[in-house]
Amino acid sequence: MHVPDGFINAPVSAAAGVVAAGVVAVSLRGARRELDERTAPLAGLVAAFIFAVQMLNFPVAAGTSGHLLGGALAAILVGPFTGVLCVSVVLLMQGILFADGGLTALGVNITDMAIVTTVVGYAVFRGLVKVLPRGRRSVTVASFVAALLSVPAAAVCFTLIYAVGGTTDVSIGKVATAMIGVHVLIGIGEAAITGLTVGAVIAVRPDLVYGARGLEQKLKLRVNGELVDAPPSRPAPVAARTSRRTLWITGLVTSLVLAGFVSFYASSNPDGLMKVAHDKGLDSRAQKHASDGSPLAGYGVRDVADAGLSKGLAGVIGVGVTVVAGSTVFWVVRRRRTADASPVGTGV
Amino acid sequence: MGAGHAHRLYRHGHSPVHALPPHTKLAAAFAFVVVVVSTPREAMWAFGLYAVLLGVVARLARVPAGFLLKRLLIEVPFVAFAVLMPFVAEGERVDVLGLSLSVNGLWGAWNVLAKGTLGVAASVLLASTTELRELLLGLQRLKLPPLLVQIASFMIRYGDVITDEMRRMRIARESRGFEARGVRHWGVLAKSAGALFIRSYERGERVHLAMVSRGYAGSMPVIDEVTADRSQWSYALMLPSAALVVCLLGWTL
Repeated sequence: MHVPDGFINAPVSAAAGVVAAGVVAVSLRGARRELDERTAPLAGLVAAFIFAVQMLNFPVAAGTSGHLLGGALAAILVGPFTGVLCVSVVLLMQGILFADGGLTALGVNITDMAIVTTVVGYAVFRGLVKVLPRGRRSVTVASFVAALLSVPAAAVCFTLIYAVGGTTDVSIGKVATAMIGVHVLIGIGEAAITGLTVGAVIAVRPDLVYGARGLEQKLKLRVNGELVDAPPSRPAPVAARTSRRTLWITGLVTSLVLAGFVSFYASSNPDGLMKVAHDKGLDSRAQKHASDGSPLAGYGVRDVADAGLSKGLAGVIGVGVTVVAGSTVFWVVRRRRTADASPVGTGV
Repeated sequence: MGAGHAHRLYRHGHSPVHALPPHTKLAAAFAFVVVVVSTPREAMWAFGLYAVLLGVVARLARVPAGFLLKRLLIEVPFVAFAVLMPFVAEGERVDVLGLSLSVNGLWGAWNVLAKGTLGVAASVLLASTTELRELLLGLQRLKLPPLLVQIASFMIRYGDVITDEMRRMRIARESRGFEARGVRHWGVLAKSAGALFIRSYERGERVHLAMVSRGYAGSMPVIDEVTADRSQWSYALMLPSAALVVCLLGWTL
């Protein structure tokens, strides 16, 4: 869908360029909030990932195959601002290096494929996560729907730009039908791949998924048969003075010790948790099957893997939750420190 | 830096075009494309002259025609779209070889094909005569935000690493007898994509730590600042100025 030179007339291209530049400028600021001083390497590597994953072919049927566009995926995995930046940089480099998409159409391409997909995808995702019950399964479902809507939204945006500044005399109705029709189909593929990929990441490293922040459960200790909140702030005062690495190791060790503590004293707890999770999982899966037929086959593999995993993972999830709690403390402390240091750090 | 550090689209050489400072070349290419896009489509001869101008640049840069034409193939999906245009466009119709075609559609197809091809050719010439690092320096010199340039440079620097990682994962899948044949295998591919994301992200964290340990504080030191004197600017801007003359002629004639 890379728009070449000459397809959209000059004034509209320029206007789209201004819009794109404005949003990228806002995203640059926002990405610093999402990733602080790690922005450059992390966003760069994620852009490289998007670039690579666009080359990963997903076979549809004999002969044909599709690939990911990645806007919604980037927004869910690393946050909307960083997502916009990553996809924009990918488009910029494709335009300059690979001549894929025209130089004057860069604004149109960025507005269309980086901004609209990312913003629409993330807005839908956030809304759904708020509405759906908390849990891994809802994040996957929300990513599916977000990606499903983000691609036709880009097609609608393209049609609008075309209606204002298209250089050819094809009726808007025809362009809209063709673009949106094709992109609804592409969107279904994108949605399945995005949902599965987010699910795969969240199964291994839920802490890396930006859209799943705030999903971690509070650590509870069973003391004398009652559930009480575990004291989370133990390493914090010590850590403020030590180096980051020491803090990190202290946090990790503390979480591991806490995890062992929990599994020792509350041996029946993980089973109950797992049962609820399993019931919920089954529940949402049943809804999915009823409402949507096409991704059913795609989710089959995942479900088997999940069932196999879910039997043996009780202890590991305990450790995971604890590590996440520890990292939250770590993150809060570091955030405060970078906030203190930032006037000096960003001046250059 | 050895030869392995240049990207595969770059064509090493010592021509006057190679020697120009990168930001002059970027500005020239961009201005040229802007001029081309604002030329009226009825002035067919103007596009011919533009092509001749690019041919002269390619000659000066000693980029062989075959190399250029091969790189133009990236346009093919778009050409298919342009070919469809005369059949679906509105307006009066003419009969060509027994097919009823729209006049407006033919003009539209010509417009998009000519301008698109010239744009692609200009980008190809730019990429094949400018080294990657230079290109990024040029972008920074043209006041692209430094953070964006840094992100772009990390993307370029690690793009091949990540792509190679993906290739190794594919080889690992295939050596275990996996072959993706249809929608049912998407789960496996998506798990690979997820693993690739985790590896990329973790690599980013390691890169950041390595940078911090070498004194990184939010901005990259520029040790090879690019500068251009007046003669280099005027040499580079000869292309868009010549194009501008053609464009003005196209509007008046």
